[in-house]
Amino acid sequence: MEQDIKFIDDDGKRLDGRKYDELREIKIEAGVLHRAEGSCYLEWGSNKVVAAVYGPREAIPRHSQNPLKAIVRARYNMAAFSVDDRKRPGPDRRSREISKVISEALEKVILTEKFPRAAIEVNIEVLEAEAGTRCAGLTAAGVALADAGIPMKDIPVACAAGKIGSKDDYGKKIGGNIVLDLGKQEDNFGDADLPIAISPRNGEILLLQMDGHLTLDEFDNALNLAIKGCNIISKIQKEALLQKYQVDMEVD
Amino acid sequence: MTLTSSIKRDYFYNLVKNGKRADGRKFDEFRNIEIETGFISKAEGSARVKIGKTQVVAGIKMDIGEPYPDSPEKGVMMTAAELIPLASPDFEAGPPREDAIELARVVDRGIRESEVIGLDKLCIVPGEIIWLVFIDIHIIDFDGNLFDAASLAALAALFNTIVPIERMRPNLEKLQEKNPSIKIYLEEHQKDYQLPMNEPPISCTSVKFNDVVVLDPSLDEEEIAEVRLTVATDKNGDIRAMQKGLNGSFTIEEIKKVIKASIDNGKEIRSKLEKSTGN
Repeated sequence: MEQDIKFIDDDGKRLDGRKYDELREIKIEAGVLHRAEGSCYLEWGSNKVVAAVYGPREAIPRHSQNPLKAIVRARYNMAAFSVDDRKRPGPDRRSREISKVISEALEKVILTEKFPRAAIEVNIEVLEAEAGTRCAGLTAAGVALADAGIPMKDIPVACAAGKIGSKDDYGKKIGGNIVLDLGKQEDNFGDADLPIAISPRNGEILLLQMDGHLTLDEFDNALNLAIKGCNIISKIQKEALLQKYQVDMEVD
Repeated sequence: MTLTSSIKRDYFYNLVKNGKRADGRKFDEFRNIEIETGFISKAEGSARVKIGKTQVVAGIKMDIGEPYPDSPEKGVMMTAAELIPLASPDFEAGPPREDAIELARVVDRGIRESEVIGLDKLCIVPGEIIWLVFIDIHIIDFDGNLFDAASLAALAALFNTIVPIERMRPNLEKLQEKNPSIKIYLEEHQKDYQLPMNEPPISCTSVKFNDVVVLDPSLDEEEIAEVRLTVATDKNGDIRAMQKGLNGSFTIEEIKKVIKASIDNGKEIRSKLEKSTGN
């Protein structure tokens, strides 16, 4: 582990020049694929993600059906060329876990009881990965679900906050800083990462994971910061949807 | 395999009988092709190719490895294609099925047999260390003619590829203790450099239904196709690879027509490829 990284310079700027509460640049486009019911292309820093929604359609195999509601199946997949060292194609333990927590988060906002025995499939393809792909994937999935016209209580959105720089140049422990949306090095060599997903209308937490080390106060701080980030991204999601459907209406 | 309703099939049959196609193209006309390269910075090379609504992303990763015993001084290339469920309601998750494997193999063959990659220039220490080139093809949106879209994406990505000496230098230096001749290679190749490439063949696919042959089939046309022929041609207009598919048959005249259309369209696609990759 490299301990000589100075995460925050004397002007309070981070490694990539961001302030502590500043997001990387985010671009969202809705409805980019023609076969899918709904789709979304999202760039978040150098993360590049495509999400596509299929369904509701009959859940196969039949024993996976729920007679009372639809099942939500998210599939997070990383392209072999999305990371520095080629990733072997196919699901590994990490992507299976991410698929599971994203499925559960989406299930909370989708009105699944409207579609008994059906499956709603959300495919998330990571074309380029650089810290925070699960948040990028879930955020893209939210837009794709809305684009597909799946009835939802809200458009889910995700963002992470974390803690960096709790060791000084000599490896001694110092306070550390809570910052929004960890970048690559901050994620690899930082002290804690807290990705969350929320339902922005009522603030419900849909996904929460943490690794690292946070005090109670630091957690409060990080959570508030991440929620703040989610709310900013939520606006970008809605603008992307508005852009697609406003244009459509003018053409007609 | 998807079922096509007879109404839909008859509609397409009638159209071609009147000399028309559903999207207004001529029989020997490609859809609009867009090529964008280098948009994935983590990959050594990358390309996004759109043929009409079909969308394919190809990425190249490189690594160092051992050569095969029968070609100790050559680099190794590997091609994989994923028909990810993002692209079509009919694609399923899981290990590659036979159609994904056929696609990857046809693309692989086109590149390997025409020696598009200068594999002989990808040797670091003969018999010991060579470069591995991984071509990964992801189908993002599916509207027919994956063979041509995937081949073109793989080629565009390869022309965009930089051999990552800088990234691999720590690994190579570590191996230097056991294998001192790496030093010579590293001295000769101080910096990242363009992947050595040769003239590529361009592949064009046609299908036949109701006694009419059409180039660059859309998904609807592919679904009612009786027979398919892919022809790859080089810069001189010579044929470099062919693959017939499906259980129908062509007459000799039809095959000649298909080859001519492939040569003519191959030229245009080649200039698009050259423009997009700056070669």
